[in-house]
Amino acid sequence: MTPRIELRPSPHVVKGASVEHIMFHVVLALLPIATFSVWQYGLSALALIVVVTLACIASERLFNRLSGKPSTLSDWSATITGLLLALTLPPSFPLWMGAVASFTAIALGKALFGGIGCNVLNPALVGRAFVQAAFPVAITTWVPAFAPRRFSEFVPTTFTAPLMTPPDIAAWALQAKSVLDGFTGATPLARWKFENVLATPADLLSGAVTASAGETSALLILLCGAYLAARKFMDWRIPVADLGSAALTALVFQMIDPARYPDPLFVLLSGGLMLGAVFMATDMATSPVTPKGVWLYGALIGVVTVMIRYFGGLSEGVMYAILIGNALSPLIDQVTQPKVFGAVKGKKA
Amino acid sequence: MATAPLIPGQKPRSNLEELLEGVWKQNPVFVMVLGMCPTLAVSVSAMNAMSMGLATAFVLVGSSLLVSLMRNLVPKEVRIATYILIIATFVTVVDYAIQAISLALYDALGAFIQLIVVNCIILGRAEAHASKNRPVKAVLNAIGMGAGFTIGLFALGAVREILGAGKLFGVSLFGPDFQPWVVMVLPPGGFFVLGAWLLLFNWLDSRKAAPAKPTESHAHV
Repeated sequence: MTPRIELRPSPHVVKGASVEHIMFHVVLALLPIATFSVWQYGLSALALIVVVTLACIASERLFNRLSGKPSTLSDWSATITGLLLALTLPPSFPLWMGAVASFTAIALGKALFGGIGCNVLNPALVGRAFVQAAFPVAITTWVPAFAPRRFSEFVPTTFTAPLMTPPDIAAWALQAKSVLDGFTGATPLARWKFENVLATPADLLSGAVTASAGETSALLILLCGAYLAARKFMDWRIPVADLGSAALTALVFQMIDPARYPDPLFVLLSGGLMLGAVFMATDMATSPVTPKGVWLYGALIGVVTVMIRYFGGLSEGVMYAILIGNALSPLIDQVTQPKVFGAVKGKKA
Repeated sequence: MATAPLIPGQKPRSNLEELLEGVWKQNPVFVMVLGMCPTLAVSVSAMNAMSMGLATAFVLVGSSLLVSLMRNLVPKEVRIATYILIIATFVTVVDYAIQAISLALYDALGAFIQLIVVNCIILGRAEAHASKNRPVKAVLNAIGMGAGFTIGLFALGAVREILGAGKLFGVSLFGPDFQPWVVMVLPPGGFFVLGAWLLLFNWLDSRKAAPAKPTESHAHV
């Protein structure tokens, strides 16, 4: 058999990373974080992650069918949306609300724009923003990490009947954690903002704080992000610009008033900044593509995050910062177009 | 003023067509997307939405009748001022009537009762239809448009009240443990629900237009 000879101009190496390939590796990178979350918060976190991810996949399938397009489940994007969404929710979040968030994420965040690659905003964050606005109490109800009986019982709110108010779990949370530990029911950021109590970096790194399911393991997130960046499945400039500008902004504020503003390390390690910077701001469909634009976009998210944390009504601002960054991406791309090679400034080609 | 149909060659519509035009084919909320200000602002509950819709419908019917009757008397140059005066008269009637019937409702609707004066559905009907048609047709068309607007407002108000408060017309549907969707009674909820209804209408429309071919649109959110 004679080998087929193909004559054509470069590039000749055509094997590249496909969408499925990249997305699959993002799922792989998210799994350690999800596992850590389950180890921290137990059965309720596991149930939440499973239900939210399955709900995202089911919604994706539904919209595929309604639009008469072939199934896009195999590209893993719905799975990533589900995993990310679950990791940004409190572990005690009622499952039915999780399902609402998933459906909104896929429907409003993705399907309406035309599916994968066409979305303007990060779908997972659209879902989270919707439930944040719809159920403000449930999404700020936290449970202690490393509760002794986390693998033998669910948080009472997990199995709230659909459409019903979750029960008050303050008493349950106190009893779940020994009283001596002083469970406050607030995230480190909220405690800093509203009670002026600063968590130690050791607590933040070990995950012994109350927080959303997947946002406490800063080191693990960085490791998984480093894996993705090393395999070139992710633009490392975005998290670097995001975290760098957040730290720099925090440093400036700390120099202005050290008594009032926390140190940059606290800003970096608390809340969802790491998870957002590494896994959400880097979403390929919703971030700029120009070399300068990428830095600008990351820096913008970092600054807005710190601004919302310091001066906004909420204690956490990563979600809105990334959504703002997403919305501005097309504009950033437009104003940072690289110069055409050989073009003279001020002269139209 | 001409009483002949607007477009030459277009055959005059029957009375039934005039009546049904606003209810479905040219629904002011879902098809023409007119009068969005009251639509988004007062559709927090089904009751408010229905009252607003009926008040607007009353003004619409009254002003259409009067504009149609006077269509040959009013000089072209001052027609808009005349329409506004006629509409404002009916709005004043509605304003006092609602105040007399229910002060609570009056407070809930707030400035939006007075703002019926500048509702584009009413002015649009006066300019585009009532001033060119005989009173019977003008009134029938106004009734249809008013009904369409009321249906549209009710569709929004019902969804927002059911999700936002767990009630319909103040009657609890899911018991005391219902978790209200706070966003639904806030302004963004109005946009979400309106968008969902528009989506549904357009989807049904596009399916009707091409029944054999699978459509590109998506179901309601």
